[in-house]
Amino acid sequence: MTSQATDISSLDMRGGVPLKQSLARALRRQKIRALLLIAPLLVFIVIGFLMPIGSMLFRSVENSVVQDTLPRTVEAMQAWDEHSGELPPEEVYAALVADLQIADENRTALTVARRMNFEAAGYTTMVRRALRAIDDWDAAVDGPFREQMIDIHRGWGELETWVGLKTYSSTLTPGYYLSAVDYTMVSGSVEPLPDNRSIHVMLFWRTAWMSGLICFLALLLGYPVAFMLANVKERYANLLLILVLLPFWTSLLVRTSAWKVLLQDQGVINQLLVWVGLVADDNRLAMINNKFGVIIAMTHILLPFMILPLYSVMKTIPPTYVRAAKSLGANDWTAFWRVYFPQSVPGIGAGAILVFIMAVGYYITPELVGGPSGMFISNRIAHQWNVSGNWGLVGALGTILLVAVLVLYWVYDKVVGIDNVKLG
Amino acid sequence: MALPIYASPLQRVWHYAFRIICGLIFFFLVFPIAVIIPLSFNSQDFFTFTPEMLALDPEGYSLKHYVDFFTNPDWQQAMWNSLSIAPMATLVSVSLGTLAAVGLSQSHVPFKRLIMAILISPMIVPLIISAAGMYFFFSRIGLQGTYWGVVLAHAILGIPFVIITVTATLVGFDNSLTRAAASMGAGPMRTFFKVQLPLILPGVISGALFAFITSFDEVVVVIFVGSAGQQTLPWQMFTGLREQISPTILAVATLMVGLSILLLATLEIMRRRNERLRGMSPV
Repeated sequence: MTSQATDISSLDMRGGVPLKQSLARALRRQKIRALLLIAPLLVFIVIGFLMPIGSMLFRSVENSVVQDTLPRTVEAMQAWDEHSGELPPEEVYAALVADLQIADENRTALTVARRMNFEAAGYTTMVRRALRAIDDWDAAVDGPFREQMIDIHRGWGELETWVGLKTYSSTLTPGYYLSAVDYTMVSGSVEPLPDNRSIHVMLFWRTAWMSGLICFLALLLGYPVAFMLANVKERYANLLLILVLLPFWTSLLVRTSAWKVLLQDQGVINQLLVWVGLVADDNRLAMINNKFGVIIAMTHILLPFMILPLYSVMKTIPPTYVRAAKSLGANDWTAFWRVYFPQSVPGIGAGAILVFIMAVGYYITPELVGGPSGMFISNRIAHQWNVSGNWGLVGALGTILLVAVLVLYWVYDKVVGIDNVKLG
Repeated sequence: MALPIYASPLQRVWHYAFRIICGLIFFFLVFPIAVIIPLSFNSQDFFTFTPEMLALDPEGYSLKHYVDFFTNPDWQQAMWNSLSIAPMATLVSVSLGTLAAVGLSQSHVPFKRLIMAILISPMIVPLIISAAGMYFFFSRIGLQGTYWGVVLAHAILGIPFVIITVTATLVGFDNSLTRAAASMGAGPMRTFFKVQLPLILPGVISGALFAFITSFDEVVVVIFVGSAGQQTLPWQMFTGLREQISPTILAVATLMVGLSILLLATLEIMRRRNERLRGMSPV
C-alpha cells in the first residue's frame, strides 16, 4: 500500500505538475466556485440583516448624547466630586448655560433632556424652562448663573439632578442593561427600581414560563397525533397530515383572528356554553385579553411545529421493536414506555426546542389576544420603541432576548443539526 | 393500528379512547379555522352565529363583507400592496437562495456550518429584533418606507426557507448527472438550467411557496420598515383587529384560508412529483 501511495504522489500530470499539486489546485478551484455561488446571498444577509441587528444592539451601551451635547458641562463636572454632598460649583453652571445656548441653536437640547428623562422624570421640564430663559443671557456679563438657574427651576438646585447627569455622561453606559433588569444608577450607585417601575424581569420570567407551558401543552397534544400518523396506513396518514398542514399554512393573522372570534365574551365558545347552560348569560367566561387566551391560541398556532418533527422521527422507528418487546412478555405500557418512547426522544427534543424558540419571540398573538396581563417581552420592546422611543433600552432588552434564543439555537443545532431542519 | 382479534376488553377501550382523543386534537387543530368560514357570510356585523344563521335561514347569510372587501379602497390598496410585494420578495429570495444552496451542497465548502447558521438566522431571530434592526439600517440608506425596502426585508425573511427546502432536495441529487452533462460539452450555465434545475425544481418551488407565504403573512417587519404606502393585507388585518374590529376581517381571513389550501395542494403535487422522480433516478 505504501509503495503504491508513493507511486501516485510521484506521478506527474501533463506539463510536469505533480498529481498531488494538481489535485490540490482542483480542490481549491472547487472551493472557490462553491464560495462564489454562496457569496451574493451571504453578503446580502450579512449587510442587510446581521450588521443592522448588530448596530441596533450596540445602541444598548452607546451613550454619547450627553457628552456630545453638553461637552463643556461634562468637562467642568470632572473636577466636582458627586459624593461630596454639595452642589457643583459656579463653573459647572456657567458651562451648562454655554452648552445649552449652543444646543438650542443646533436643536439638540431636547434630545439630551429626553435621554435623561428615561432615567428619571423631570429633566425635560428643567431643560425646557432653562432654554426659554437663557436665550438672551450673555455669558460674559450675566453671571453668576447658579442662583439664576435654581430660580428658573428648583431641580437645578437639587443634588440628584447633577449626580444623574454626571453618572450618565460617559460615552458607553451599562445603564440600559440595568434598566432592562429593573435597576438604575441615577443616584450614582446601582439600586433596584421602585416596584411600580419594575416590569422587565417579570416580563422575561412570564415569557419563559408561558413559552414553557405552551411547549408542554403542544407536546401533550402533539405526541398522540404524531404517534397515530406514524402508525396508521400511509394512505390515511397522508389524509390526516393535511389536517396538520392546513393550520401550518394558514396565515398567523387568520388563526389569531379566529381565536379572537372564538374566545370573546360574545364569541362562539361563550355562546355555546350559555346555550348548553354551563355558564350564566351575565357571567360569561373571560377567555380573552388574559394569559388563558394567549396560551390556548399559541398552543394551537405552534402545534404543527411540534407534530411535524415528532412525526418525522416516529416514522423511522421500526414497529418490529415493539412487537419483539411484546413477544418477550412486555405489556402494552412497558413496550411503549421502555422501547418506543426512548426512540422518539430525538423528535421530542427537536419539536420542543423549535416551539420554545418560536414562542419566546412571539409578538402578534400576545398583542392581539393577550391584553396587559398576557403581554410578552416582545410587546414591551415594541412599546419602548413606539411610545417611549427609548432605543437604548430596546437594544438592551433585545440583546437579552437574542442571547437566550441563540443559546437555544445552539442547543437545537447540537440536538438536531441545522441541516436537518424539515419543513412540511 | 388495527385491533388484534385477541385484544382484551381494556385494550379495546383504550384503542377507541385513543382514537377519540386524536380526533379531538384534530378537531382542535381545524375547528378555529373552519369556524370563521361560515361566520364570514354573516349578514349582521357580529362575530358570532346569529339565530337566523343557526336556523340555516338564507336571510342570515350574505356576501356583504366580501362586497365590502372588494369595494373598500383601503382593503383593495392593501391587497394590491401584498400582491406586489410578495412575488418580488419571493423572486429575490429564490434566485439568491437557490444559487447559494447549490454552492452549499458541493462536497468541499469551507466554514459550511457557520455559513449555514448565518443563512438560517433570519428564521431564528425574534421578529421584533429583526424589525428594529432593519428599521435603523433601512432609514440610514434611504429605503425605509419604500417598496424596495419592504421587498428586501421580506426577501431576507424568506431566504432560510428557500435554503432549507432546496438543500434538502439537493441531498438526493446525483452529481454524476452534471458531470455527464459537462463531459458532453455543456457549460456550467447550460448544465444548471438544463440538467440540475429541472431535477431540483420541486424543492425550488416549495421554497418559493414558503418565501411567498412568509412575505404575504408578515406583519411586524413591514410595520417597522414600511410606511402607509406599503400597508399590506396582514397589516390592515392587524390594525383592524387591534382597533375597530370589523367583520370584513373574517371575509379576508376566509379568502386567505382559500389561498393556503391552494398553496398546500400545489406543495402536495410537488412532493408527489419529487417522489416519483426520485424513484426513477438511479441511486
